[in-house]
Amino acid sequence: MKKKKIISIVIVILVITSIAVLLQKLLMPKYMTQIVEGALIKEYYYEKLKDHDVMFIGDCEVYENFSPITLWEEYGITSYIRGGAQQLVWHSYYLLEDTLKYEKPDVVVFSVLAMMYNEPQREAYNRMNIDGLPLSLTKINAARASMLPEEDLITYVFPLLRYHSRWSELSSEDYRYWLRRDQISHNGYLMRVDVKPAGRLPTPRLLDDYRFGETAYKYLDKITELCKKNGIELVLIKAPSLYPHWYEEWDQQMVDYAEKNGLLYINMLDDIDKIGLDFEMDTYDAGLHLNLSGAEKASRYFGNILKSRFNIPDKRNDEKLKAIWQEKADYYYKMEQEQYRELEEYGYLLKFNMKRNEENKIKP
Amino acid sequence: MLFTSYSFIFFLCILISLYYLIPKRLQWKFLLLGSFVFYFFSGWSNLLYILVTIISTYFTGLKIDDLNRKQNAYLKENKGQITKEERKLYKEKIKAKQWKLLLICLIFNLGILAVVKYTNFAIANINSVLSMFRMTELSFVNLILPMGISFYTFKTMGYIIDVYRGKYEPERNIGKLALFVSFFPQLIQGPISRYDDLSKSLYQEHSFDSQTFSYGFQRVLWGYFKKLVVADRIVAAVLTITRNPDIYDGVYVFVGMVFYAIQLYADFTGGIDITIGVAQMLGIEVKENFIRPYFSKSIVEYWRRWHITMGTWFRDYIFYPLSVCKPMLNLSKASRNRFGDKIGKRVPVYLATMMVWFTTGIWHGSSWNFIVWGLLNGVVILISQELEPLYAKFHQKVKIGDTFGFRLFRVIRTFLLMSSLRILDCYRDVGISFKMFFTMFTKPDIRVLFDGSLLKLGLDASDYVVLIIGVIVLLTFSLIQRKGSVREMLSYNSAVLRYSIYIILFFSVLIFGAYGIGFDSNQFIYNQF
Repeated sequence: MKKKKIISIVIVILVITSIAVLLQKLLMPKYMTQIVEGALIKEYYYEKLKDHDVMFIGDCEVYENFSPITLWEEYGITSYIRGGAQQLVWHSYYLLEDTLKYEKPDVVVFSVLAMMYNEPQREAYNRMNIDGLPLSLTKINAARASMLPEEDLITYVFPLLRYHSRWSELSSEDYRYWLRRDQISHNGYLMRVDVKPAGRLPTPRLLDDYRFGETAYKYLDKITELCKKNGIELVLIKAPSLYPHWYEEWDQQMVDYAEKNGLLYINMLDDIDKIGLDFEMDTYDAGLHLNLSGAEKASRYFGNILKSRFNIPDKRNDEKLKAIWQEKADYYYKMEQEQYRELEEYGYLLKFNMKRNEENKIKP
Repeated sequence: MLFTSYSFIFFLCILISLYYLIPKRLQWKFLLLGSFVFYFFSGWSNLLYILVTIISTYFTGLKIDDLNRKQNAYLKENKGQITKEERKLYKEKIKAKQWKLLLICLIFNLGILAVVKYTNFAIANINSVLSMFRMTELSFVNLILPMGISFYTFKTMGYIIDVYRGKYEPERNIGKLALFVSFFPQLIQGPISRYDDLSKSLYQEHSFDSQTFSYGFQRVLWGYFKKLVVADRIVAAVLTITRNPDIYDGVYVFVGMVFYAIQLYADFTGGIDITIGVAQMLGIEVKENFIRPYFSKSIVEYWRRWHITMGTWFRDYIFYPLSVCKPMLNLSKASRNRFGDKIGKRVPVYLATMMVWFTTGIWHGSSWNFIVWGLLNGVVILISQELEPLYAKFHQKVKIGDTFGFRLFRVIRTFLLMSSLRILDCYRDVGISFKMFFTMFTKPDIRVLFDGSLLKLGLDASDYVVLIIGVIVLLTFSLIQRKGSVREMLSYNSAVLRYSIYIILFFSVLIFGAYGIGFDSNQFIYNQF
């Protein structure tokens, strides 16, 4: 009798768990169209060979502005971008901590734009940067550091508790990607080939205080410490995006920080001509982010620095890597061609313009 | 710590696990500790209030009992030595002392409740008088209402009155009394348990019983279904209508009134289901507080089935004592002499009834809305009573039998009547409440029910689908419940069917519950009382 009872309890628990898992998978946002950057963090864990020379961490200024395929093709550098939408410094720290459980890169590149934020900004960005992490103490700590007052830690452990109300807004995308995902990025790089020239940028507003906040510095210190502890070179980078404005005062603080900690800090905004960027052609959103052509230029320039400063060996002759990266490159060029075709046919990229697709009755 | 918060569920899991793991003799002490921890989360100052009430009630109870013992000892010692008259006098003297103690205790504890709950209401009323004479108005005071103060104050009052009446001996262990007063599932919104009811199982040693535990868990789940799926979803429309009387009048008021009736029922009975279920999971029996109140055929019946423990509390501790107190008996005598038996005998009953309803109203909230609501309940009950013979005559004449149709008519009539009175709960003042009530008749534009206007009240089509299904489930459950306990009926069915129902219920709460970001975290409506 007792045995029967235990078996039935176990069956009930299994049924409940299975249903909960399936429902969670169905109800969680898929980020396969429009806000595709939400899919970036999780995609890293599908990577077959988690062994990279360079690891980028940061916000859109890394995942939109650098192309690991270019770094591979030009310099034989293997790299991955663990970027996320409005990734804040503490997000970056915990992402790095989690990444180090799988691999130990030679160089970590951190995008310093996130230093401008000293407090959590929006729940949506927390979600995009944390939900994709596998459940671990790192994820819990990341959530604790990032949560807004209205958020609950338990919803990061059981995201179903957060997304349960999406039942009324499920779309065909949710069912299509219920149990599988498309590959969105190219080693974390989000490709866009469309062009929107940078026009006149808004005048930077004066700030009351130009000093970066204590929390931002605290986590930058933690990143520095973590890299030092693991024998990783840390590079601080300001990517060549024109907006948000990167103030002189901010730049100076990063110069000082790098000097104090013996780090390399590169403000690529100072080298736009050397990079060869043309903001009439190399941006898809008027200077906020680079498009493919811009990202490839920035990667070529930055790859050269990486190569010369850190002596990263050229691995293009490694047969195993060659095969892996060839596959990646094929997908990269296929997507590039596909995007050009869409631009020609529709005048815009389908994946990023779902509203226009609906208006034009196009199914991407 | 709200019942609907993750912290409460976490707290409950820890508490219940440890409760059955620790030695049984320590269980009640552990529950006391748990109750204090629960209460502490609502603010440490709240803990002070409840401690003061516990201590004052405890010592008053002991003192009253000491006097009883003293009296018994004296009478035993002097048996045969004192006259009957002396005996009576001595007893009266003791009773007077006990009465004084009781009065002090009641005034003290009611005083605390009155100060924290009604000070600003009193100031607002004084200010409205002062402003008429253009005098300087008083400033409001910043007092936080301790969670569940109305409930635990009434519990202690009932206890001390019963001790005074000699219904039972006072609790000599202050810890046990403290547990009775602060038992955490009841702290938020009752039921207002009596000491002799609750203490039977509260201090007992409980072994884990899977059947009882499972029943308790099912009851908790059912409570969450009512609260999260129905009450917290419909609240958006209720608030939209009642907070914007300038925009939403006429038929909207009717919609708001019906929606509020659904919200209040699902909210309050859901909360009580959670309370009773949690207690049951701990092996403790808590009295029922509702018996399908919306199936009542008259307002009197409704009040026998809605918030039962409050109704019986007012009946036992206010109505009866008031009806038989000396001044009331004198009044009865005088009015009989003056107006004759027929009217005279009604005067004290009317007076006691209206006083009870005034108290009921003000207990619900410190505003004129609640006072008027309470008094109107009293008036409707008295009118119904007076019209009873007339109804009987009418029924005899037109020969309306006890048909299903007529019963349904009476149920709907009572539901609408009670819902109309509750309009006073919803609007910010009495004037607006009445104004809105009358717009139901002056602006009967029923097009708003069909032209999509209802989709602009903060609920979309999917919300309505959930609500309609939710209400159908509640109604079906109540209909089945008339034949007996649904859980027992289910237990006779196959395990697959039973567990399927539980699992569906669990996931309904999880998926369709209105909780988390995007939904206002709604306290239980009765928390504030």
